[in-house]
Amino acid sequence: MLRNTLLALVILVMGYMFYNVYSNYETRTELSGISQHFTAQGAEEVGAANIVTAIVVTYRGFDTLGEVTILFLTASIIAFFLKLKDEDYESSIDHRATSELLVTASQILIPIIFLFGIYVFMNGHLTPGGGFQGGAIIATGVALMILATPNIKLNYHVIHWVEAVSGVSFVIIGILGIVLAGGFLDNRILGLGEFGTLFSAGAIPIIYSFVGLKVGAEISNILNKYQKSQKEKV
Amino acid sequence: MENFDLGHISLLIGFLLILVGFWGVLTQKNIIKIIVGFTILNTGINILMVSLGYVKGKTAPIIDNAVAQTGNHDVSASVVDPVPQALVLTAIVIGFGVTALMLAYAMKLYNAKKTLEINKFNDLKW
Repeated sequence: MLRNTLLALVILVMGYMFYNVYSNYETRTELSGISQHFTAQGAEEVGAANIVTAIVVTYRGFDTLGEVTILFLTASIIAFFLKLKDEDYESSIDHRATSELLVTASQILIPIIFLFGIYVFMNGHLTPGGGFQGGAIIATGVALMILATPNIKLNYHVIHWVEAVSGVSFVIIGILGIVLAGGFLDNRILGLGEFGTLFSAGAIPIIYSFVGLKVGAEISNILNKYQKSQKEKV
Repeated sequence: MENFDLGHISLLIGFLLILVGFWGVLTQKNIIKIIVGFTILNTGINILMVSLGYVKGKTAPIIDNAVAQTGNHDVSASVVDPVPQALVLTAIVIGFGVTALMLAYAMKLYNAKKTLEINKFNDLKW
Protein backbone atom coordinates (compact mmCIF):
# COMPACT_ATOMS: atom_id res chain seq x y z
CA MET A 1 0.00 0.00 0.00
CA LEU A 2 2.76 2.41 1.04
CA ARG A 3 4.71 1.35 -2.02
CA ASN A 4 1.81 2.05 -4.36
CA THR A 5 1.22 5.47 -2.80
CA LEU A 6 4.88 6.36 -3.22
CA LEU A 7 4.82 5.21 -6.84
CA ALA A 8 1.71 7.25 -7.55
CA LEU A 9 3.39 10.24 -5.90
CA VAL A 10 6.53 9.86 -8.06
CA ILE A 11 4.47 9.61 -11.25
CA LEU A 12 2.33 12.58 -10.21
CA VAL A 13 5.35 14.78 -9.45
CA MET A 14 6.90 13.82 -12.77
CA GLY A 15 3.64 14.55 -14.55
CA TYR A 16 3.45 17.95 -12.82
CA MET A 17 6.97 18.84 -13.93
CA PHE A 18 6.17 17.78 -17.48
CA TYR A 19 2.96 19.80 -17.38
CA ASN A 20 4.91 22.92 -16.48
CA VAL A 21 7.31 22.38 -19.39
CA TYR A 22 4.39 21.65 -21.71
CA SER A 23 2.34 24.69 -20.74
CA ASN A 24 5.31 27.02 -21.28
CA TYR A 25 6.25 25.48 -24.63
CA GLU A 26 5.89 27.60 -27.69
CA THR A 27 6.39 26.17 -31.15
CA ARG A 28 9.47 27.61 -32.79
CA THR A 29 9.01 29.78 -35.83
CA GLU A 30 12.57 29.73 -37.17
CA LEU A 31 15.66 27.52 -37.19
CA SER A 32 18.62 27.90 -34.86
CA GLY A 33 21.94 29.15 -36.23
CA ILE A 34 23.73 25.90 -36.98
CA SER A 35 20.60 24.36 -38.54
CA GLN A 36 20.28 27.39 -40.78
CA HIS A 37 23.78 26.78 -42.07
CA PHE A 38 23.10 23.06 -42.57
CA THR A 39 19.85 23.60 -44.46
CA ALA A 40 21.02 26.54 -46.56
CA GLN A 41 24.47 25.20 -47.50
CA GLY A 42 23.88 21.43 -47.17
CA ALA A 43 22.73 20.83 -50.73
CA GLU A 44 25.68 22.76 -52.13
CA GLU A 45 28.42 21.44 -49.83
CA VAL A 46 27.34 17.80 -49.49
CA GLY A 47 24.96 17.29 -52.43
CA ALA A 48 22.47 15.17 -50.49
CA ALA A 49 18.75 15.91 -50.88
CA ASN A 50 18.06 14.48 -47.43
CA ILE A 51 19.64 16.99 -45.05
CA VAL A 52 19.39 14.62 -42.07
CA THR A 53 21.60 12.19 -43.99
CA ALA A 54 24.02 14.99 -44.82
CA ILE A 55 24.31 15.75 -41.09
CA VAL A 56 24.53 12.12 -39.95
CA VAL A 57 27.08 10.96 -42.54
CA THR A 58 29.16 14.04 -43.29
CA TYR A 59 28.82 16.93 -40.83
CA ARG A 60 28.63 14.58 -37.84
CA GLY A 61 30.27 11.56 -39.49
CA PHE A 62 32.40 10.90 -36.44
CA ASP A 63 29.21 10.42 -34.45
CA THR A 64 28.07 7.76 -36.91
CA LEU A 65 31.36 5.95 -36.52
CA GLY A 66 30.68 6.01 -32.77
CA GLU A 67 27.19 4.59 -33.32
CA VAL A 68 28.56 1.75 -35.41
CA THR A 69 31.12 1.11 -32.68
CA ILE A 70 28.36 0.99 -30.05
CA LEU A 71 26.46 -1.60 -32.11
CA PHE A 72 29.64 -3.63 -32.50
CA LEU A 73 30.23 -3.39 -28.76
CA THR A 74 26.67 -4.60 -28.08
CA ALA A 75 27.15 -7.59 -30.36
CA SER A 76 30.49 -8.37 -28.71
CA ILE A 77 29.09 -8.16 -25.17
CA ILE A 78 26.17 -10.41 -26.12
CA ALA A 79 28.58 -12.90 -27.73
CA PHE A 80 30.72 -12.83 -24.58
CA PHE A 81 27.69 -13.10 -22.32
CA LEU A 82 25.81 -15.92 -24.03
CA LYS A 83 29.05 -17.92 -24.59
CA LEU A 84 28.02 -20.06 -27.55
CA LYS A 85 30.22 -22.97 -28.54
CA ASP A 86 30.53 -24.34 -32.06
CA GLU A 87 28.20 -27.25 -31.30
CA ASP A 88 25.53 -24.84 -30.07
CA TYR A 89 25.31 -23.42 -33.58
CA GLU A 90 24.69 -26.94 -34.88
CA SER A 91 22.11 -27.82 -32.21
CA SER A 92 18.44 -28.06 -33.01
CA ILE A 93 15.55 -27.73 -30.62
CA ASP A 94 12.18 -29.46 -30.61
CA HIS A 95 9.71 -26.74 -31.33
CA ARG A 96 6.00 -26.56 -31.89
CA ALA A 97 5.25 -26.91 -35.60
CA THR A 98 5.27 -23.49 -37.26
CA SER A 99 2.03 -22.55 -38.96
CA GLU A 100 1.60 -23.09 -42.67
CA LEU A 101 0.68 -19.43 -43.12
CA LEU A 102 3.92 -18.18 -41.59
CA VAL A 103 6.10 -20.55 -43.63
CA THR A 104 4.40 -19.79 -46.95
CA ALA A 105 4.26 -16.06 -46.34
CA SER A 106 7.90 -15.94 -45.29
CA GLN A 107 8.98 -17.56 -48.56
CA ILE A 108 7.28 -14.78 -50.49
CA LEU A 109 8.12 -11.92 -48.13
CA ILE A 110 11.79 -12.51 -47.26
CA PRO A 111 13.24 -11.62 -50.72
CA ILE A 112 11.00 -8.54 -50.89
CA ILE A 113 12.07 -7.45 -47.39
CA PHE A 114 15.76 -7.84 -48.29
CA LEU A 115 15.22 -5.89 -51.51
CA PHE A 116 13.40 -3.13 -49.63
CA GLY A 117 16.18 -2.95 -47.05
CA ILE A 118 18.78 -2.59 -49.81
CA TYR A 119 16.64 0.09 -51.48
CA VAL A 120 16.37 2.01 -48.21
CA PHE A 121 20.11 2.14 -47.55
CA MET A 122 21.04 2.84 -51.20
CA ASN A 123 18.65 5.82 -51.32
CA GLY A 124 19.50 7.21 -47.89
CA HIS A 125 20.69 10.50 -49.40
CA LEU A 126 17.47 11.05 -51.39
CA THR A 127 14.55 9.65 -49.38
CA PRO A 128 13.82 9.12 -45.67
CA GLY A 129 15.99 6.23 -44.58
CA GLY A 130 19.62 5.27 -44.56
CA GLY A 131 22.09 2.69 -43.40
CA PHE A 132 20.74 2.01 -39.93
CA GLN A 133 17.13 1.81 -41.07
CA GLY A 134 17.97 -0.37 -44.06
CA GLY A 135 20.06 -2.67 -41.88
CA ALA A 136 17.22 -2.98 -39.39
CA ILE A 137 14.80 -3.87 -42.23
CA ILE A 138 17.19 -6.58 -43.46
CA ALA A 139 17.38 -7.92 -39.92
CA THR A 140 13.57 -8.16 -39.75
CA GLY A 141 13.82 -10.45 -42.79
CA VAL A 142 16.28 -12.62 -40.85
CA ALA A 143 13.95 -12.57 -37.83
CA LEU A 144 11.09 -13.78 -40.05
CA MET A 145 13.36 -16.52 -41.38
CA ILE A 146 14.18 -17.66 -37.84
CA LEU A 147 10.50 -17.58 -36.82
CA ALA A 148 9.43 -19.61 -39.85
CA THR A 149 12.17 -22.25 -39.55
CA PRO A 150 13.44 -22.23 -35.95
CA ASN A 151 16.19 -24.77 -36.62
CA ILE A 152 17.66 -22.84 -39.53
CA LYS A 153 21.45 -22.81 -39.57
CA LEU A 154 22.57 -19.36 -40.63
CA ASN A 155 26.12 -19.36 -41.92
CA TYR A 156 27.64 -17.22 -39.19
CA HIS A 157 31.05 -17.14 -40.87
CA VAL A 158 29.48 -15.20 -43.75
CA ILE A 159 27.74 -12.87 -41.30
CA HIS A 160 31.02 -12.21 -39.46
CA TRP A 161 32.87 -11.54 -42.71
CA VAL A 162 30.23 -9.15 -44.06
CA GLU A 163 30.31 -7.30 -40.75
CA ALA A 164 34.10 -7.09 -40.57
CA VAL A 165 34.67 -6.12 -44.22
CA SER A 166 31.99 -3.42 -44.24
CA GLY A 167 33.21 -1.98 -40.92
CA VAL A 168 36.80 -1.77 -42.17
CA SER A 169 35.68 -0.30 -45.52
CA PHE A 170 33.76 2.43 -43.70
CA VAL A 171 36.91 3.47 -41.83
CA ILE A 172 39.04 3.23 -45.00
CA ILE A 173 36.64 5.56 -46.85
CA GLY A 174 36.90 7.92 -43.88
CA ILE A 175 40.71 7.90 -44.08
CA LEU A 176 40.57 8.39 -47.88
CA GLY A 177 38.68 11.57 -47.04
CA ILE A 178 41.76 12.87 -45.19
CA VAL A 179 44.02 12.06 -48.14
CA LEU A 180 41.84 13.13 -51.08
CA ALA A 181 39.51 15.77 -49.62
CA GLY A 182 39.02 18.05 -46.65
CA GLY A 183 39.07 15.70 -43.68
CA PHE A 184 37.99 12.46 -42.05
CA LEU A 185 34.78 11.08 -43.65
CA ASP A 186 34.61 13.94 -46.17
CA ASN A 187 32.25 12.76 -48.90
CA ARG A 188 33.85 14.76 -51.72
CA ILE A 189 36.37 12.01 -52.56
CA LEU A 190 34.00 11.25 -55.46
CA GLY A 191 32.31 13.89 -57.59
CA LEU A 192 29.09 15.28 -56.13
CA GLY A 193 27.24 14.34 -59.32
CA GLU A 194 23.85 15.60 -60.40
CA PHE A 195 21.72 16.67 -57.45
CA GLY A 196 18.84 14.29 -56.69
CA THR A 197 20.08 11.22 -58.61
CA LEU A 198 21.15 7.87 -57.17
CA PHE A 199 24.85 8.38 -57.93
CA SER A 200 25.22 11.76 -56.30
CA ALA A 201 26.38 13.21 -52.97
CA GLY A 202 29.90 11.78 -53.36
CA ALA A 203 30.68 8.93 -50.99
CA ILE A 204 27.42 9.02 -49.00
CA PRO A 205 25.65 6.14 -50.85
CA ILE A 206 28.79 3.99 -50.49
CA ILE A 207 29.25 4.81 -46.81
CA TYR A 208 25.58 4.16 -46.10
CA SER A 209 25.67 0.86 -48.01
CA PHE A 210 28.53 -0.32 -45.82
CA VAL A 211 26.75 0.91 -42.68
CA GLY A 212 23.57 -0.86 -43.80
CA LEU A 213 25.37 -4.15 -44.45
CA LYS A 214 27.19 -3.89 -41.13
CA VAL A 215 24.06 -3.12 -39.12
CA GLY A 216 22.07 -5.84 -40.89
CA ALA A 217 24.80 -8.42 -40.28
CA GLU A 218 25.21 -7.35 -36.66
CA ILE A 219 21.50 -7.55 -35.78
CA SER A 220 21.18 -10.87 -37.63
CA ASN A 221 24.13 -12.13 -35.61
CA ILE A 222 22.45 -11.07 -32.34
CA LEU A 223 19.15 -12.71 -33.36
CA ASN A 224 20.97 -15.92 -34.33
CA LYS A 225 22.74 -15.95 -30.95
CA TYR A 226 19.44 -15.53 -29.09
CA GLN A 227 17.96 -18.42 -31.04
CA LYS A 228 20.92 -20.76 -30.65
CA SER A 229 21.43 -20.12 -26.95
CA GLN A 230 18.13 -21.81 -26.10
CA LYS A 231 19.33 -24.88 -24.28
CA GLU A 232 16.28 -26.81 -23.18
CA LYS A 233 13.44 -28.11 -25.28
CA VAL A 234 10.60 -25.67 -25.73
CA MET B 1 -4.97 26.08 -26.03
CA GLU B 2 -5.11 28.66 -28.81
CA ASN B 3 -1.70 27.58 -30.12
CA PHE B 4 -2.43 23.87 -30.27
CA ASP B 5 -0.42 22.55 -33.24
CA LEU B 6 1.69 19.56 -34.26
CA GLY B 7 4.53 20.55 -31.95
CA HIS B 8 2.23 20.54 -28.93
CA ILE B 9 0.60 17.24 -29.91
CA SER B 10 3.90 15.41 -30.29
CA LEU B 11 5.26 16.98 -27.10
CA LEU B 12 2.17 15.77 -25.22
CA ILE B 13 2.46 12.24 -26.69
CA GLY B 14 6.14 12.18 -25.78
CA PHE B 15 5.47 13.17 -22.16
CA LEU B 16 2.61 10.65 -21.86
CA LEU B 17 4.78 7.83 -23.23
CA ILE B 18 7.57 8.74 -20.80
CA LEU B 19 5.11 8.55 -17.88
CA VAL B 20 3.65 5.22 -19.10
CA GLY B 21 7.12 3.75 -19.58
CA PHE B 22 8.29 4.97 -16.17
CA TRP B 23 5.17 3.55 -14.52
CA GLY B 24 5.79 0.20 -16.26
CA VAL B 25 9.43 0.08 -15.12
CA LEU B 26 8.44 0.86 -11.52
CA THR B 27 5.40 -1.40 -11.09
CA GLN B 28 5.83 -4.48 -13.27
CA LYS B 29 7.15 -7.72 -11.79
CA ASN B 30 7.97 -9.58 -14.98
CA ILE B 31 11.42 -8.82 -16.41
CA ILE B 32 10.19 -8.83 -20.02
CA LYS B 33 7.48 -6.32 -19.08
CA ILE B 34 10.11 -4.11 -17.43
CA ILE B 35 12.13 -4.19 -20.66
CA VAL B 36 8.99 -3.24 -22.62
CA GLY B 37 8.59 -0.34 -20.16
CA PHE B 38 12.14 0.80 -20.92
CA THR B 39 11.52 0.74 -24.66
CA ILE B 40 8.30 2.78 -24.26
CA LEU B 41 10.27 5.30 -22.14
CA ASN B 42 12.91 5.39 -24.86
CA THR B 43 10.34 5.99 -27.59
CA GLY B 44 8.76 8.79 -25.57
CA ILE B 45 12.09 10.57 -25.17
CA ASN B 46 12.80 10.21 -28.89
CA ILE B 47 9.41 11.70 -29.82
CA LEU B 48 10.08 14.53 -27.36
CA MET B 49 13.43 15.35 -28.97
CA VAL B 50 12.01 15.32 -32.50
CA SER B 51 9.10 17.53 -31.45
CA LEU B 52 11.52 20.10 -29.99
CA GLY B 53 12.94 20.51 -33.51
CA TYR B 54 9.54 21.23 -35.00
CA VAL B 55 9.15 24.62 -36.66
CA LYS B 56 5.64 25.85 -37.20
CA GLY B 57 4.14 25.00 -40.59
CA LYS B 58 7.36 23.66 -42.10
CA THR B 59 7.98 20.39 -43.91
CA ALA B 60 10.51 17.54 -43.62
CA PRO B 61 14.16 18.45 -44.27
CA ILE B 62 14.39 16.67 -47.62
CA ILE B 63 14.93 18.94 -50.60
CA ASP B 64 12.29 18.10 -53.22
CA ASN B 65 9.42 19.82 -55.00
CA ALA B 66 7.43 20.44 -51.82
CA VAL B 67 10.32 22.36 -50.25
CA ALA B 68 10.96 24.38 -53.41
CA GLN B 69 7.32 25.49 -53.62
CA THR B 70 6.74 26.55 -50.01
CA GLY B 71 9.83 28.64 -49.32
CA ASN B 72 10.50 30.53 -52.54
CA HIS B 73 13.53 28.27 -53.17
CA ASP B 74 15.03 29.21 -49.80
CA VAL B 75 15.49 25.83 -48.13
CA SER B 76 16.17 27.13 -44.64
CA ALA B 77 12.83 28.99 -44.68
CA SER B 78 10.74 25.90 -45.46
CA VAL B 79 12.04 22.93 -43.41
CA VAL B 80 12.02 21.86 -39.76
CA ASP B 81 15.23 21.56 -37.73
CA PRO B 82 17.25 18.55 -39.02
CA VAL B 83 19.77 18.46 -36.14
CA PRO B 84 17.49 16.90 -33.47
CA GLN B 85 16.39 14.31 -36.02
CA ALA B 86 20.00 13.34 -36.69
CA LEU B 87 20.66 13.11 -32.93
CA VAL B 88 17.53 10.97 -32.42
CA LEU B 89 18.90 8.54 -35.00
CA THR B 90 21.91 8.09 -32.71
CA ALA B 91 19.62 7.72 -29.70
CA ILE B 92 17.53 5.04 -31.43
CA VAL B 93 20.63 2.99 -32.23
CA ILE B 94 21.84 3.23 -28.63
CA GLY B 95 18.33 2.33 -27.43
CA PHE B 96 18.47 -0.74 -29.62
CA GLY B 97 21.82 -1.75 -28.11
CA VAL B 98 20.53 -1.32 -24.57
CA THR B 99 17.38 -3.34 -25.31
CA ALA B 100 19.38 -6.14 -26.91
CA LEU B 101 21.66 -6.30 -23.88
CA MET B 102 18.71 -6.30 -21.45
CA LEU B 103 17.13 -9.19 -23.37
CA ALA B 104 20.38 -11.16 -23.22
CA TYR B 105 20.51 -10.60 -19.43
CA ALA B 106 16.86 -11.66 -19.13
CA MET B 107 17.70 -14.85 -20.99
CA LYS B 108 20.61 -15.55 -18.63
CA LEU B 109 18.43 -14.84 -15.57
CA TYR B 110 15.75 -17.18 -16.87
CA ASN B 111 18.30 -19.92 -17.45
CA ALA B 112 19.57 -19.49 -13.89
CA LYS B 113 16.23 -19.66 -12.01
CA LYS B 114 13.65 -20.75 -14.60
CA THR B 115 11.50 -17.74 -13.76
CA LEU B 116 11.19 -14.14 -14.89
CA GLU B 117 9.55 -12.83 -11.68
CA ILE B 118 11.85 -10.11 -10.37
CA ASN B 119 10.87 -10.85 -6.74
CA LYS B 120 12.43 -14.32 -6.97
CA PHE B 121 15.87 -12.83 -7.58
CA ASN B 122 16.56 -11.95 -3.94
CA ASP B 123 20.06 -13.39 -3.50
CA LEU B 124 21.50 -10.02 -2.51
CA LYS B 125 18.64 -9.22 -0.10
CA TRP B 126 19.18 -9.59 3.64
